[in-house]
Amino acid sequence: MQSLTSRAKQVDRSPMTVVERLYLWNIFKGMWITLKHFFRKKPTIHYPEEKRPFSPVFRGLHILNRDEEGRERCTACGLCAVACPAEAITMEAAERVSGEENKYREEKYAARYEINMLRCIFCGLCEEACPKDAIYLSETFAPANYQRKGFIYGKDDLLIPHPKENPEEYQKAVGSRAKAPANA
Amino acid sequence: MARPVQYNIYGQTDVKLVKEGPEGYAGEGFFTTSLDKVVGLARKNSIWPLPFATSCCGIEFMATMASHYDLSRFGSERVGFSPRQCDLMMVMGTIAKKMAPVVRQVYLQMAEPRRVMAVGACASSGGIFDTYSVLQGIDQVIPVDVYVPGCPPRPEAIIDGFMRVQELVHNESLRRRTSDKYKDLMNAYGIQ
Repeated sequence: MQSLTSRAKQVDRSPMTVVERLYLWNIFKGMWITLKHFFRKKPTIHYPEEKRPFSPVFRGLHILNRDEEGRERCTACGLCAVACPAEAITMEAAERVSGEENKYREEKYAARYEINMLRCIFCGLCEEACPKDAIYLSETFAPANYQRKGFIYGKDDLLIPHPKENPEEYQKAVGSRAKAPANA
Repeated sequence: MARPVQYNIYGQTDVKLVKEGPEGYAGEGFFTTSLDKVVGLARKNSIWPLPFATSCCGIEFMATMASHYDLSRFGSERVGFSPRQCDLMMVMGTIAKKMAPVVRQVYLQMAEPRRVMAVGACASSGGIFDTYSVLQGIDQVIPVDVYVPGCPPRPEAIIDGFMRVQELVHNESLRRRTSDKYKDLMNAYGIQ
């Protein structure tokens, strides 16, 4: 019969040789492989103590961005909510009154902005849809929780720290993506 | 395109490794503590998971069990495929409404004390499948202890959820089963 692949091999049914019959020899051969693995590099990452760097394109928890002066970029247009395949984003728009120009970049802003992290599938379509560069997916994975209610992330969980009032935390959030100084 | 921001500092996990032992009276060559704490410690470090994997989150669970993340470091070397011997049911993946009675039956077959972890968006809330055929979260049929978001969650996130289960088991009272709160919870799901 013609074989299906070129790598087909006839099964060797010849009687065992003396060394094979000794049995212990093959055990030693196997144990030698086991022994060699003791001295190999250990692949395990001891997770809570030691963390693996994520890829720069990793899509984790969302973050609502601010501009250089610390004004919220989001204008509550709702394009992210429309783009969201899981319908996880809810928002409520409000109009900026005079005196709030230092808080919000546009004339309309999101008074309430909620993402249901249990629904969210971290696809990044909100990020793609956003015309104002206001929402980004960060390299932080969403933490687990005991109750459902802890998963509705509001604006206080999502908004990036203020770059002027809270520069240390802002730098932490920006991480290695900080821009080099303009005149450098 | 690289994003201008890297981390969400408000969403970072707060679960820590517990390295010191329980409170107790220590002397030279002996240590006494309450039975609750010893049993909690033993149970916490020998949770046998039952993977109820119906889709892609199961693949991520396999990565968690493999040598890079190695869930057996937490005492769950043995993945049981029989509900009778397992302590933690990990439901991973979309549960269709036709599957719901099966999930429930598997839960009922588990021996007390039992815990349930919903891994991934589909198991915890239905995810993108807001349709007639998909159960909108397994907590409609069985009580869930820990939810792990993500689609699918990273192995780190699964370990994070697992450490939360460990925390629950560690602080669990020996008489939890007979407490009114637990009975009420079971009655709410129609489980005798």
